[in-house]
Amino acid sequence: MKITLNGSVVETDQTDLLALVHERGVDPSSLVIEHNLSVIKQDNWPLTPLREGDTIELLNFVGGG
Amino acid sequence: MLTLGPKTFSSRLLTGTGKFASKTLIAPMLEASGSQMITVALRRVDPGADQENILSHIPDTVTLLPNTSGARTAEEAVRIARIARAAGCGDFIKIEVIQDMQYLLPENYETLKATEILAREGFTVLPYVMADINIARQLHDAGAAAVMPLGAPIGSNAGLEMKAMIRRIIDTSKLPVIVDAGIGKPSQAAEAMEMGADAVLVNTAIATAQDPALAGRAFAKAVAAGRMACLCGLAGAQAGASASSPLTGFLRN
Repeated sequence: MKITLNGSVVETDQTDLLALVHERGVDPSSLVIEHNLSVIKQDNWPLTPLREGDTIELLNFVGGG
Repeated sequence: MLTLGPKTFSSRLLTGTGKFASKTLIAPMLEASGSQMITVALRRVDPGADQENILSHIPDTVTLLPNTSGARTAEEAVRIARIARAAGCGDFIKIEVIQDMQYLLPENYETLKATEILAREGFTVLPYVMADINIARQLHDAGAAAVMPLGAPIGSNAGLEMKAMIRRIIDTSKLPVIVDAGIGKPSQAAEAMEMGADAVLVNTAIATAQDPALAGRAFAKAVAAGRMACLCGLAGAQAGASASSPLTGFLRN
């Protein structure tokens, strides 16, 4: 299925957020996930199914002024 | 004490986490400066790249001030603020809406719109704005916790280019005034505080100093000195001289 990940349309076979994080090789420890404009807590990543057309942002806090 | 929303701070120096050569310099800077609030930013992760976790470098005793940098509209700023809060960063938000990519000057109208929305949602809103007494009044009415006029463009170290306008905001604003951006050295921070600013936010000048901890300490002392100078009731300058010692002419009969 196709999803929009950090602004780019990508193809994935993963079925939940946690699997997507692993597939993309992103360190989950300090990750913030916005799924269709809602922030999903880490405990709920494996419980959040991915669907065609979902919009996902993988974010983290960085230095800034 | 500086009161911003529900919290009270003894330090009037706010700091930032951008531009440090190493994130490990942040905690010693916080310790040396006594700063009790520090900004952080939210960014998309780059899959595969090493991920920094800025939050792990900030002690729990220091209040996080996530900013909305990258936002070009009120809607984008509101979205970033909601993400930051949902991610556990607390209720403080620095609104930063920038469309001018040459000078990075803030967009006051979009900032005001974002302030109205976020204040209603219970955020403690600290908006970064162009120095203007009208926006300061409108932000007050919109529920902001402070107004943060810029001293000079972000990262410029140019000091208080907006001094006259900041002075007018200090004279008229019912909100605490925090001079944010452009302060390049402690004497400029002291000057802002002498003028009656309630606090200053310094990032670049501290982070890019060769010794950020020492710079933080210098800024903290300058801010404290400026605050005391503001409170002590200085007499001000005059054109002529006024003798400090008696001029009794006993040497001349």
